[in-house]
Amino acid sequence: METTHFSSSLLEDKNEADASIQNKETTYFYRKKVDGANQETERNKGEASKIEVRGLNLKIKNKVILNDINVKIPRNKITIILGPSGCGKTTLMKSMNRLTELYPEMNVKGEIFIDGEEILNSRRDVTEIRKQMGLLSQRPYPLPMSIYKNVAYGLKISGRLKKRFLDKRVEHYLRQASLWNEVKDRLRDPASGLSIGQQQRLCLARGLAVDPDIILADEPTSALDPISSQEIEKKFVELKNNYTIVMVTHILRQAARIADYVVFMYLGEVIEQGPANEFFNNPKTEITKAYLKGSIN
Amino acid sequence: MISLFSIQRMIPGRVKADRFNRTWMFAWLLVIVVLPLAIAFGLIWKSSLLFEDHSLIEMIVSSEWKTLSGKFGFLPFIISSLWVTFLALIFAGPVCLFSAIYLTFYAKAIVLKMMQPVIDILAGIPSVIYGVWGVVAIVPIVSKYVAPVFGVQTSGYTILTGAVVLAVMIIPFILNIIIEILNTIPKELSEASLSLGAGKWYTVKQVVLRKAFPGVVSAMGLGLSRAFGETIAVLMVVGNVVHIPKGIFQPGYPLPALIANNYGEMMSIPQYDSALMFSALLLLTIVLVFNLVSRFMIIRYEEKFR
Repeated sequence: METTHFSSSLLEDKNEADASIQNKETTYFYRKKVDGANQETERNKGEASKIEVRGLNLKIKNKVILNDINVKIPRNKITIILGPSGCGKTTLMKSMNRLTELYPEMNVKGEIFIDGEEILNSRRDVTEIRKQMGLLSQRPYPLPMSIYKNVAYGLKISGRLKKRFLDKRVEHYLRQASLWNEVKDRLRDPASGLSIGQQQRLCLARGLAVDPDIILADEPTSALDPISSQEIEKKFVELKNNYTIVMVTHILRQAARIADYVVFMYLGEVIEQGPANEFFNNPKTEITKAYLKGSIN
Repeated sequence: MISLFSIQRMIPGRVKADRFNRTWMFAWLLVIVVLPLAIAFGLIWKSSLLFEDHSLIEMIVSSEWKTLSGKFGFLPFIISSLWVTFLALIFAGPVCLFSAIYLTFYAKAIVLKMMQPVIDILAGIPSVIYGVWGVVAIVPIVSKYVAPVFGVQTSGYTILTGAVVLAVMIIPFILNIIIEILNTIPKELSEASLSLGAGKWYTVKQVVLRKAFPGVVSAMGLGLSRAFGETIAVLMVVGNVVHIPKGIFQPGYPLPALIANNYGEMMSIPQYDSALMFSALLLLTIVLVFNLVSRFMIIRYEEKFR
């Protein structure tokens, strides 16, 4: 982890990646823009954020994993959930698409709104809710089938589709994940034969194929080599125009490079959240300051 | 300096100990490899007397079993064994697969925890008890209730009865292996599928079972081998009539029952003794073939999908 000369070098990276948010004025502008975008979308009037978590508590037996989480995640931005290992980042993300239900020992209470619609206690079909979000996990987990079928998997769930249409979609999403040129001659080969970096991009393509508005990424680069990591990061910066991206990481440098908005967690609580620029330049709490300096890991 | 010196002196001793340990561990391994080979060779040697005036093909294809006139046709026993075993697997296989899926993917963790001792107890019941249970419970049920439905009259001592008892016996065995296999499949894989909008059953079908397929096949293969060799419980309920069974409501006479019923009794006829040894050899060979086939299926599958 970075320990010294953090603020200067990190912010340089950050500025290279995205120069749009420079100071408080732009922050204000960006808030306004988000509001404006919302007015255009009919179904969520007055809703400032894409995802809003209200009073989320999560316990395993009597151990508190998440304590009263309140988070607002802006639309079409990269939001980084930052924090040391074991602070509940991944769990918070998993509750956003209700994968917490796979762990019966978890006791979840609270509300999560997506486009103003409550999903955590909703009676709506959970698979429909999950389809709104593409998921990238720490290590790529390609499904045990061919490259083609991995991408077509989500498409096929929604119903029988013509092969020509399917072919086109698969190609489209593989291109979006910058993988097409590498795999176009071996679409029928098992996905497990790809390199790990390629697998992660395949997982991205697979996630995009169900046409979500949100991408949830749980330390998507932690198993990758630096070059593959960079590709994923670059992809995210490209994709944020069309998607709301939520990414968990404990790599400060990565957060600084691509974040528009930061949610900082520590020991199951959200300590601080705000636009990246503000968070890195002007941290409000002592814990954040210590973390940014590198004295907490 | 002194300490460095003593370390240098210690090293050869450690190397020696290491080498010694390796040797005796290898020796144990050798026991495991040599023992089955020795058994196989022993059986071949003991059954060689039979080959003096009988050809291998003739014995396997013939169904005439007249020990006093020296006619040894093993077909009835082989067919009976295959009937009982495969029928048992047909009963036990789906039960195991679906309950394992339920326990690992649908049930709460506590249910699996509660089931584990139940499964272990089932696995630990001596087979003779299963046999008694078969005689007391399954035989009358088959003769009074099941057979009449199909318009058949029977004593209840049938292939079907044997298969049911056998199925109950191998269920805990196969179930345990499948649960273990399903637990090794990373949860993230199911999460990936679910996050793509797949339902739970679709995920199980398309992802989990695909991934688990080789393991499930080998679990079934092991169950099959075990069922094929199971003796006492089957012998007690299957009827033991030497003929080629033509349906599940007829009695049968599996290979292990043949050996257990007659060994020690007919030692005075050398050819008979040799014939029983040969049936043991057949049993061993068929079990070996089951194992090889399931292994082959796994390898083929892995080449295709991994």
